Amino acid sequence: MAISTIGTSMPTLKTETLPVSVESHIVIVRQAARRLAVEIKLSLVDQTKVVTAASELARNLLIYGGGGEVVLEVLQEGLRLGLRIHFIDKGPGIPDIDQALRDGYTSGHGMGLGLGGAKRLVNEFTITSKAGEGTHVTITRWK
Amino acid sequence: MDRIPILTMGRFLLVTIQVDMHDQLAMNLQDDLTNKITEETAKGVLIDISSLDVVDSFIGRMLGNISSMARVLDAETVVVGMQPAVAITLVELGLDLAGVHTALNVEKGMKMLRRHLDSDDGDLNDWNEHANSEN
Repeated sequence: MAISTIGTSMPTLKTETLPVSVESHIVIVRQAARRLAVEIKLSLVDQTKVVTAASELARNLLIYGGGGEVVLEVLQEGLRLGLRIHFIDKGPGIPDIDQALRDGYTSGHGMGLGLGGAKRLVNEFTITSKAGEGTHVTITRWK
Repeated sequence: MDRIPILTMGRFLLVTIQVDMHDQLAMNLQDDLTNKITEETAKGVLIDISSLDVVDSFIGRMLGNISSMARVLDAETVVVGMQPAVAITLVELGLDLAGVHTALNVEKGMKMLRRHLDSDDGDLNDWNEHANSEN
């Protein structure tokens, strides 16, 4: 899936791309998400939710996807602004997405809250995954 | 390697987390605290997270682990100062920090630890010494 096909339906005001290949990059993703969430004036609770979701998904990207890329976008749809974050890896993929989204499901290190928990913290959540090709998770929080 | 300082105050250990912790830093804190509990024969651990603006499942799990390990080593843990936005997010994420004692601020947290120490008959004399030296 090419990144250029995403978000074509609405203007993207800003795009930032961050690599995630070591643990300390998770902190950098959190800080970038916070900075943009503040920039679009999300409430403190919504900032915290989207930053926490980003932290969970960045860790998944590293642990299960073997690292990858995080793309942060500030979107405008009519009068409202949104923060959309993509988590893209070329890892093994998720064989059963429904199972992976269920609370308590974990294939190892986590508490099984990563995907399902992150989904509850945002307005929009999409996931595409193909065995052997990788996983692309997208979250969006609207102002 | 970065480490979060642990202060000793009588029979208690105090930790104030003031940085955005990466995972290894959280793991180090877990190890350091359990070692320090044994070294100092501490009876209580107070962790101040009022500066943390994010607690994700990893940090949440670390807080739970510290609390369980401390209990096994005969010490109680109180996590204090959680920001309201963090509390809302944690619960929505699905993490309720079951088994972790919490208090609104450091003062209330210390009261909880003291009460616990007071009710611990074996250490009552020890505790009185500390209480007297404080006055």
